[in-house]
Amino acid sequence: MAYVAVKGGERAIEAAHAWLAEERRGDPVLPELSLAQIEAQLGLAVDRVMAEGACHDRGLAALAIKQARGDLIEAAFLLRAYRTTLPRFGASLPVETDAMRIRRRISATYKELPGGQVLGPTFDYTHRLLDFALAAEGGVPEPAPEAPADEAPMPRVTALLAQEGLMAPELPSEAEPRDLTREPLNFPAERPLRLQALARGDEGFLLSLGYSTQRGYGNAHPFVGEIRMGAVTVEFEPPELGFPIELGEVTVTECQMVNQFAGSKTEPPQFTRGYGLVFGQGERKAMAMALVDRALRAEELGEPVEAPAQDQEFVLYHCDNVEATGFVEHLKLPHYVDFQSELEKIRLLRREADGE
Amino acid sequence: MSGLTPGFADPVPAAQACFRALLEAMARPGRVHRLAGLPEAPAPLAPAAAAMLLTLADAETPLWTDAGPVAEEWLRFHAGCPLVAEPGAASFLLAACGMPELAALEAGTEEEPHRSATLVLQVAGLERGAGWRLTGPGIETEHLLEVEGLPRGFLAAWAANGARFPRGVDLVLCTGDRLAALPRTTRIEEAG
Amino acid sequence: MGVLARADAEAITARLAEAPALPRHARLRGPETGLVMARGRQGGDGAPFNLGEMTVTRCSVRLADGLVGHAYVAGRDTRQAELAAVLDAALQDPSRRPALLSAVIEPLAAAQAARATREAAKAAATRVEFFTMATMR
Repeated sequence: MAYVAVKGGERAIEAAHAWLAEERRGDPVLPELSLAQIEAQLGLAVDRVMAEGACHDRGLAALAIKQARGDLIEAAFLLRAYRTTLPRFGASLPVETDAMRIRRRISATYKELPGGQVLGPTFDYTHRLLDFALAAEGGVPEPAPEAPADEAPMPRVTALLAQEGLMAPELPSEAEPRDLTREPLNFPAERPLRLQALARGDEGFLLSLGYSTQRGYGNAHPFVGEIRMGAVTVEFEPPELGFPIELGEVTVTECQMVNQFAGSKTEPPQFTRGYGLVFGQGERKAMAMALVDRALRAEELGEPVEAPAQDQEFVLYHCDNVEATGFVEHLKLPHYVDFQSELEKIRLLRREADGE
Repeated sequence: MSGLTPGFADPVPAAQACFRALLEAMARPGRVHRLAGLPEAPAPLAPAAAAMLLTLADAETPLWTDAGPVAEEWLRFHAGCPLVAEPGAASFLLAACGMPELAALEAGTEEEPHRSATLVLQVAGLERGAGWRLTGPGIETEHLLEVEGLPRGFLAAWAANGARFPRGVDLVLCTGDRLAALPRTTRIEEAG
Repeated sequence: MGVLARADAEAITARLAEAPALPRHARLRGPETGLVMARGRQGGDGAPFNLGEMTVTRCSVRLADGLVGHAYVAGRDTRQAELAAVLDAALQDPSRRPALLSAVIEPLAAAQAARATREAAKAAATRVEFFTMATMR
């Protein structure tokens, strides 16, 4: 590929940026959006940008959304670019999602389960009718009702199945995971590396792939074993202290997708799991991630690898929207020399075809 | 911990200035550079060597050093780097009391030679002058350098290091507030 | 330290107004903002994987009497990190500890617990109480 260095666009670029800034602000008669407003009132956009930007910081995500004029992929790109300017102090201890302060927890496999079904602040059961009361300056709603909280623990559904020996257990491991922000992806990619790629992957891409596995491209018959959303404590062990301390809390959404597994020469028939975990409240993404995680386990479970969602290279090389944007949008760069050669070739072929 | 002294007074500009100096030093092997804005490092660390480590090492670069527990604590705290006991497992090495065997250090691979270790070596003296004649990339004809306090057999070990190119380790010599770099491509002969 | 990590600089400052003055301190490192890679476990309980980074601000200080304090807090609030580090050092001094615990740490912890309880109560109100009609069995 050849690019030509082109000069002379500087003034045009400056004018374009000035116009962009004006468009971003919009009509100055209207009040300007504050970051606090974006953080509080467009919270799910903030969550998505943190998840796909792979960097948890609500304020930075809100700034990125404002700067990107609400283009969430552009905002994730801005966040990814910003994180490269910061030093990394190290890695946290793995968050323990079974100790989550639960805001939502549902299971589609067991109606009555310890801790119960907790709906939390969900769109489910809303009628999806546009609410014109919100258009007319919604105001402050009545406070949500409260009820005495049950102190009972909320065990994972997968643990209930594992107790009966019907769920393939995760092998206990403290192996240091590879990090795709530090070394290039290569194949076959082990599951921790795949999960990292999926956790920062594009929600739309993963959603479509997950959907494809349900429609027959990958032979899945999944159940939502459990979805839980709430705050988990993040602990970090600074080398100078030598013991873990709490950094604070982050909200995450976790999905355990339970799938039938027919068994193999070495494994009995049992359930296996697909796993999704994302920053913020991101249920659709966590579910899609869990479906795709399970599909990508086909090879290790001895299942045929036939569908796009089961193909590691296809999924992992294409799920990152910042990378995808970069490569698709680079087509806007000047390709004048490339194109000239193509033009010449087509003209030559035409002349040949016209009977020379 | 209560004896801990501060690192760089203004970490970002200081680390950038040191990095710039190291780039210069690597680009012009054997030239002696004087660093400014150095940290108050505990003995036996030479301020220039300490500054190099604060600039280069972080949580993802294991460090080997023979400088003793006070220096280790200082480096672990300010650079945030893990310490390793095996010289071969380190990305950076800081030798204050001797020199680890070059052949035992990480030399990278043919495919990824940049994964090699960098050895920061404290020496007793570092001057432009009659001891060595340096040649190689970054040196127009030759450069003269006088180094004091290197172990016997250094030149043979250095020649062997250069023979593995593109694999091999790079060396940063430090004393006081001065440093000079010897990338793996630099050839050394005794002058005179 | 977990309590201070969950409290912003404003809340800490407000509590400090009620406490005996903090000793003077020198900064050993920071306050500086960086990243910590947050990890999860595959399947929730298996091998660790890298979930994504989070911003973290750290600070280390030394008090005039030699005590050293460290803080690492989520986010980019450099004042919070510095106050937390100073408090970490001061809390190691047995003569200061009781007053600081009762004026700063305990009220902050109580406010955080109250917020958590309130949230748990809202969650509990959305818990589904199933009842099955006998005729439907």
